[in-house]
Amino acid sequence: MTNAVHVEDLHVSIAGSHVLQGVSFEVPSSGVTSLLGRNGVGKTTTLRALLGLVAGTGSVHIMGTEVLGWPTHRIVRLGVGYVPEDRDVFSALTVEENLRLAEQTSEPRYDEVYTLFPELRERRRQRAGTLSGGQQQMVSIARALLNGWPLLLVDEPSKGLAPRLVSELAEVLERAATLATILLVEQNLALVKRLAQRIIVLDHGEVVHVGVAGELDDPLMARRFLGVAGAL
Amino acid sequence: MSVFVALTFSGVALGAIYFLAASGLSLIYGLMDILNFAHGLFMTLGAYAAWDVATHVPVSWGAPFVFVVALVAAVAGGALAAGLTEVLVIRPLYGRPVSQILVTIGLDLAVTGLLLGGFGSNSLSVPVPLWMMEASHIGGVNLPNADFVALLGGVVILVALEWFLRRTRYGIIIRAGVENRAMVSALGINVARAFSVVFVIGGAMAGVAGLLYAVVFSGDLISPTQGDSLLIFAFIVVVIGGLGSIRGSAIAALMVGLVQDYTNFYWGSHSGMAEIGNLSVVLLLALVLEWRPRGLFGSTL
Repeated sequence: MTNAVHVEDLHVSIAGSHVLQGVSFEVPSSGVTSLLGRNGVGKTTTLRALLGLVAGTGSVHIMGTEVLGWPTHRIVRLGVGYVPEDRDVFSALTVEENLRLAEQTSEPRYDEVYTLFPELRERRRQRAGTLSGGQQQMVSIARALLNGWPLLLVDEPSKGLAPRLVSELAEVLERAATLATILLVEQNLALVKRLAQRIIVLDHGEVVHVGVAGELDDPLMARRFLGVAGAL
Repeated sequence: MSVFVALTFSGVALGAIYFLAASGLSLIYGLMDILNFAHGLFMTLGAYAAWDVATHVPVSWGAPFVFVVALVAAVAGGALAAGLTEVLVIRPLYGRPVSQILVTIGLDLAVTGLLLGGFGSNSLSVPVPLWMMEASHIGGVNLPNADFVALLGGVVILVALEWFLRRTRYGIIIRAGVENRAMVSALGINVARAFSVVFVIGGAMAGVAGLLYAVVFSGDLISPTQGDSLLIFAFIVVVIGGLGSIRGSAIAALMVGLVQDYTNFYWGSHSGMAEIGNLSVVLLLALVLEWRPRGLFGSTL
């Protein structure tokens, strides 16, 4: 079966800094794979490179198609939903307009999205900029789910959310994982352990470990690769 | 009192034309971060397209019809010029703002030179209906009919633009693109196509501005350099209104038109300084920027 993502020797430089130094990994076409690592090791850059938002060299296959050098919109239309770090909702647009903008198929899944996030239906005429952080995250995830794409790239969805919201978020992502393959960048190890089956650890712009999420129960593993005091 | 009412009306009409000239410029900057110095050229070419078509339409069709045809030609001329500029000149230089500024300045100079070579520096007369050269007596005040046309043009374009930006998918794309272009692409949208649409719409409005400015304020005359003079005020309007804000452009255009008109009449006629209205506009710009450095409505459409 074709991998959802296959990256080979990916190099990215940003403003003279060699951020990704030959990253190679695979994401199987089901379940949740988490990309882990300390701050600044290149996790977000990796997701952005997969989407063509930053230029790179090497090879990136999305669902079997080489996409390196493609414009972002073409890569997305292969079937990739993106939940960026910091949500990036369009604050001057209403919730409804944010979702309408994401429509790429003739039958967008509004019923599914509004079932997952009933609050968005109630607030559909509200400007996204006036929503709370948690509500903005709902909009961001809803945009990615609207088209029923087979692959979701999700970047630090729990960032800045209250613990209660993180728990709700986990439920949403669990549900999303039954519908799509997810490549998840996340610092919250509890969330990673709850959602992910596989882990890829980055350090200094390179993949230093590939394994299963159960390994995060080992405090040495967590300390060695992620710089945290122990298993969470 | 009647003088004040007439001046106000004339200032609002001038503001309507400034809005037509500035709104496209503002949209283009807001979405694409391009300071388009060829925008004045689109105004000039729109006016020349109107003149060319109007002088080839049989007079027997009736002056009002000829004027409507000229207006359509101005829209088409401005849009075509803008579309070609975007595809041939701007697109190869995306991400290189300084090169874009230089190339649009160069394009403006080169084509204006060609127009001067082809048509000479003498102004050409655009045929307009007799009614537009007359005035209407309303409430004891004589108001030029041409001003009504300018005002109508400004209002129609403002309403159409607001409708387009709020109700159509392209409008939503443009508003979102002003905020975060990369994220728009990350939703699977071809932003380059939106760039072309914005350029063409901006060019169409510039074409209308070029024709109406000639009809309302230049005695029906067009010249190769008229767009450049109008462009300076368009830039001032865009900066006062806030780069990328259509509503800001509309309000700023009214402010600039009124201030210029009042100053020219109340101070210009007494001081003998005919162009003191232009100075007042620059002072207005300085005051607004001192108060709000990002303009009145910076960065929201």
